[in-house]
Amino acid sequence: MNARALPWLPLAGVAVLAAYPWIGGEYSASLVARIMIYAIFALSLELLVGTTGLVCFGQAAFFGIGAYGAVLLASQELPSSLAWLLPASVGLAAVYALLMGALSLRTKGVYFIMVTLAFAQMAYYVIHDTPLGGGTDGIYLYVKPGLALGDTVLLDLERGSVFYGFTLACLVAVYAALAMLQRSRFGHALAGIKANEQRMRAAGFSTYPYKLAAFVLSGAIAGLAGFLFAVKDGFVNPELLSWHLSGSVLIMIILGGLGHLRGAVIGAFAYVLLEELFKSEAVFGSFARHWHLGLGLVIILSVALLPRGLVGLLDRRPA
Amino acid sequence: MSTEVLLRGVDLTRRWGGLVAVDQVSLELQRGTVHAVIGTNGAGKSTLINLLSGELPPSAGRVELLGRDVTGWPQPRRARAGLGRSYQRNTIFPGFSVFENCRLSAQARHAHPWAVWQPAAQCGASRAAAQSALERVGLADQIDQPAGSLSHGGKRQLEIAMCLATEPQVLLLDEPLAGMGAEETDRMLDLLATLRDGHAILLVEHDMDAVFRVADRITVMVNGAVIASDAPDAVRRSPEVQAAYLGEQP
Amino acid sequence: MDFATFLIQCLNGLQYGLLLFLVASGLTLIFGIMGVINLAHGSFYMIGAYMAFALAPWVDSVLGGGFFTTLLVGTVLAVVLGYLLEWTFFSYLYEREHLQQVLMTYGLILVFEELRSLLVGDDVHGVKVPELLAGSIPLGDVMSYPVYRLFISGVCLALALGMYLVFTRTRLGMRIRAGSTNREMVQSLGVDIRLLYRVVFAAGVAIAVFAGMIASPVSSVYPGMGNQVLIICFVVVVIGGIGSIRGALLAALLIGFVDTFGKVLLPQAAGVLVYLLMAAILLVKPDGLFKAG
Repeated sequence: MNARALPWLPLAGVAVLAAYPWIGGEYSASLVARIMIYAIFALSLELLVGTTGLVCFGQAAFFGIGAYGAVLLASQELPSSLAWLLPASVGLAAVYALLMGALSLRTKGVYFIMVTLAFAQMAYYVIHDTPLGGGTDGIYLYVKPGLALGDTVLLDLERGSVFYGFTLACLVAVYAALAMLQRSRFGHALAGIKANEQRMRAAGFSTYPYKLAAFVLSGAIAGLAGFLFAVKDGFVNPELLSWHLSGSVLIMIILGGLGHLRGAVIGAFAYVLLEELFKSEAVFGSFARHWHLGLGLVIILSVALLPRGLVGLLDRRPA
Repeated sequence: MSTEVLLRGVDLTRRWGGLVAVDQVSLELQRGTVHAVIGTNGAGKSTLINLLSGELPPSAGRVELLGRDVTGWPQPRRARAGLGRSYQRNTIFPGFSVFENCRLSAQARHAHPWAVWQPAAQCGASRAAAQSALERVGLADQIDQPAGSLSHGGKRQLEIAMCLATEPQVLLLDEPLAGMGAEETDRMLDLLATLRDGHAILLVEHDMDAVFRVADRITVMVNGAVIASDAPDAVRRSPEVQAAYLGEQP
Repeated sequence: MDFATFLIQCLNGLQYGLLLFLVASGLTLIFGIMGVINLAHGSFYMIGAYMAFALAPWVDSVLGGGFFTTLLVGTVLAVVLGYLLEWTFFSYLYEREHLQQVLMTYGLILVFEELRSLLVGDDVHGVKVPELLAGSIPLGDVMSYPVYRLFISGVCLALALGMYLVFTRTRLGMRIRAGSTNREMVQSLGVDIRLLYRVVFAAGVAIAVFAGMIASPVSSVYPGMGNQVLIICFVVVVIGGIGSIRGALLAALLIGFVDTFGKVLLPQAAGVLVYLLMAAILLVKPDGLFKAG
């Protein structure tokens, strides 16, 4: 069975997701909304790692900056308008990606991984230690943003169902945009850079601007995911910039299958469900508080045994 | 024969700490000629090609492409100005089709990175350049195959095709015959002979028979410096070259 | 800041820097020789510190020994641990891509953290400075400086020097350096490359564990210490430059001083300063302070 011959898979997925709140009920719909946010987050990293071959271990920085932007820039009394709050938060994340990329992209291989991790830690410490971020306890978003045209309310994100729909719309938009990007000349150039950057330069591509552009776009999308996360929970804390989150999103795309957009989405689902499983006291009793152990073992085994991820399981090439 | 000089290296020098890898080498590439550079291992041939292509900055000297001083230009910029390069080890994209390998190379001159709504597969200009390059090297019947599945000779041909797809005026070919059998070598040499028209070709090669068959001019390097640069017959008869390659003669 | 305080902070910065250099050396040793990026290296440091805490009562009652005996026992255990880990886990990582190595060793961090949590718990502990080194050296009229911190600096320096001598002056060191650049050649010369790698890896682990043990009286023993030191080690490597030991030493000392003085002068920004330093250096020298050499 060749997964590429199933273009209906993403469309079916969207249909299931759209219908889910009526099927699954409010609590699990909230979980699915969280998974969709992580899926957007994972897609942002897939652009960097899977498409361009840039292994970034600092993606949480953009996620966290987008989240903190949503809270710090929002008005405390009235619903801020999505029309400016969303682009502003995403913009902050993109700016940090620009700075990080400009300094990191001169390095390669393992050093790139280390540098991106270090820069993400810098952002973490700024939020964690300085009054800018409200300290270790985090800060609350008292009034969720919305979209209004004059007196007519178009989107009220205080309502769970509206937020769910908005998140789903963002996921679909990001997925479609990345799919289009991958087919474009820009996307093909990124793929070439991943395959053999030397050859691309020999052909005449200035590869640095391409990589930087991918980095900034990736940071923006991760910032969007962070924005949605902040609006959903109404609360942000410095752990949103922790390198554990950077590691988690990296695992999501490997688990799902590197090099495929659907891998990022599948990986986000698989990872969150695995985490929920290992944290579940119903299954593991009091041992559930050591859920990192099970997760760590799964990570090791899945990287070792499933190099092409879950998508690789579906994508059996003909013999 | 035209005497238009397309690429010129003037007193190119490259030092690594105390070691001089390339020592004041000057050469010219003229349109319609094949200029071979030969020498023993460690003679500095690879370093010289890297200086000309822009992958390595010179410690001294300059490079002129089509009359312009490009010494400070990075490789991509020189490539866009008409300087193509093939590598000793294959730098093809094994995961892409043969056609896409060339089309992507050609895209460098039709980059349009902002036009994200248009699929790359519809880019007429890069498709045409790729098709023409593949026909020239003789791979037109294998365009849909994954590049990794080609024979070694096929991959070397693809390497040349990718170079041609960027429509260069100067070709820097680093050991294009590496690892080839007799039949493949003949085909490649025939191809190089046809490419001579309109291009200036620099050929770094170890295969002496091949070099003497196809070169219009030969430069011999030893320990980073040029010891002879002349027509093939003159080089063959040169006492310095014989001493360098053959040692003392009885 | 008066002179005595300044001197104390300099000595603290030196001590922290040398300790960092020791840990970072283990990391770059394993990466340089076997090409494996090991995120769990920080966990070994954490294991060392917890060993110093957990082994002390056992060493005291069974062996009748004190701190130094604990150090010895811990180092031996570390070598055994490193040997076994290389054999069962890390030897499978040599041929893999960096991304896979990063993720598998990240999984290992999680496993180590939870095993520690299961075996020893999550509490913060202190380790007593040994009697022999518990004194202070007077600095001027009023201030004094703990002997133990000087001990740490001295030991780190001695170990670094020892490693340098082993690498450049002994046959083992020569084999190790050869094995990193040309595996097949060394094998064909009759050297058991697998054993060589196992020894190198065990040494790298032992260095990190030892560093954690001797640091424990000063830094105390807490769950997040491994991850913290790992990331700072990365910064050492990035600032120091690719493959450069000289660079790593200079970078470690720089970081030691910046961090120490930062905590005193700008406590609120202390955590960020090291990364600002890294950013500033990368701005001017994108490849780090020194290139490989």
